[in-house]
Amino acid sequence: MRNIVKLLAPRLGGLAVTLLAGSLLTAVLVRVSPGFDVDERELDPRLSETSRMAIRQERAANGNILALFGNRLSRTVLHGDLGNSPSLNRPISQLFRERLPVTAQIMAIGVAGGWALAFALALPTVLCRSRVFRGFAGTLQQVLMCLPAAALALVVFDFGGPVRALVALVICPRVFEYLRNLLVEAYAQPHILTARAKGLGGLQIWARHVLPSVAPQLLALAGVSVSIAFGAAIPVEALCDLPGIGQLAWKAATARDLPLLVAITFLVIIMTQVCNAASDWASFREKQA
Amino acid sequence: MKRSQLLAILVLVLLFVTGVTSGFWHADSHSRQFRELPGAGPSAAFPLGTDELGRDRMARLLFATGISLVLAPAAALASTLLAAFAGGTAGYFGGWWDRCTVRIIDLMLSLPWLFLLLAARSLLPLNAPPAASLVMTYGLLAALGWAGPARIMRAGTLRLRRSDFALQASAQGCGEFRILWRQVIPNLKPVLLAQLWTTIPVFILAEANLGLLGLSASEPFPTWGNLLRELQNPFAVRPETFAPLAVVMICVACFKLTAPPQELSS
Repeated sequence: MRNIVKLLAPRLGGLAVTLLAGSLLTAVLVRVSPGFDVDERELDPRLSETSRMAIRQERAANGNILALFGNRLSRTVLHGDLGNSPSLNRPISQLFRERLPVTAQIMAIGVAGGWALAFALALPTVLCRSRVFRGFAGTLQQVLMCLPAAALALVVFDFGGPVRALVALVICPRVFEYLRNLLVEAYAQPHILTARAKGLGGLQIWARHVLPSVAPQLLALAGVSVSIAFGAAIPVEALCDLPGIGQLAWKAATARDLPLLVAITFLVIIMTQVCNAASDWASFREKQA
Repeated sequence: MKRSQLLAILVLVLLFVTGVTSGFWHADSHSRQFRELPGAGPSAAFPLGTDELGRDRMARLLFATGISLVLAPAAALASTLLAAFAGGTAGYFGGWWDRCTVRIIDLMLSLPWLFLLLAARSLLPLNAPPAASLVMTYGLLAALGWAGPARIMRAGTLRLRRSDFALQASAQGCGEFRILWRQVIPNLKPVLLAQLWTTIPVFILAEANLGLLGLSASEPFPTWGNLLRELQNPFAVRPETFAPLAVVMICVACFKLTAPPQELSS
């Protein structure tokens, strides 16, 4: 128990510091970015001078970066209020509620599919020792690694392919490369060679000897693949018109919707840090076992 | 050197020379419109046809190749130097500077790369002049791409700082900066080179992704990302519209093939 606390305490501390630093950095960037002091609403001829004054006062109140950051942080932490999106004119929390399931589904399919595909390619590559299959798997991995995720999304979309499973094609080559190297090392260990020489079945060797030795590294990679999945989900959602968080991030970026962008940054930091902490913890448990 | 690596270098040199000198031997400018021939198919005059605005696809592709093969390595160089400074000084001097640098690296690496680029690009003006938007895009890649290489540089510096020869130099009375300059930096050169070479294809792919999302250089400047946007219209997709994608893939594959061995960068 003490070991788990020792492992998790720095992670949680790191998460808190990263969140604070990340949100402060984003708030500073938002404040100093060109166009922050200009509000397009002031150009609306229907607004009275009083309304324009109110808009200017609202902008002036956001001028002090520390006050702005403190205000946003307290609203978020104490009240769970993420504010409103100026470009979509809706509460950000509502947008998150609507779009999170779509992104979660795309990421889940992507991570599961990518890992399954990587295993399906890596295991025969290591076990069969067939030059043809090794060449095929290596070429497929290189081709997928050389394709921009956005172009891959467009090509699959144009040909009516399964766009929700696209993230798997982005994750697969990265996991495959690491997995293949891990498995090659694991299968070359003396005790596994002995087990093979003694005639132990492939499944037994895999389950009893190989999997336990590679599990900690694989679990650590699982956390990273969630982050890769989110990165890949952005162009997939944006270009294939899937209403998820990735598309929201793209819309916020192109509309310069800065409050929405800060909120998404906050969400992404939490998601990646929690996934990394979870994979570290699982990896630690596996090592202990 | 393997035959495949020699071939990759040859292809890269060929693409670079063709791209950089495209203006000399290709008479038509990348932005010139042939209004009577919009969406024309391949012909002797236009080997890749024309786009919806009647611009020569071949001229645009060559121009974009020149831009990407000059600016992506330049951005990678800037990013690697930044990484060398941040990672090298953090690993060598340690203390609060090391802790701060590691925290910043962690922060940058905790965000997905494309999201980070997207967020940072949106903070810069989106309606800037074409040349400025091009510089901004690659400048942004250089400014945000240093975190990964910096972690490797820090690890390399830490290892060298604790090495026997650095200890001996210190025991013989060499100053900190002399050890850094004469012992550590020369030994880091292979790692730096490996990082530089592996960063270039990452930046090429990142620009292509940004361009497809409409956040790269603005029109009429062609970049590989901008050219790939033609694929967004399913009705305009023809074999020749895949030419930019093929060039990007060939280029990235060549960079990956010629990358220094992995043990240097790890």
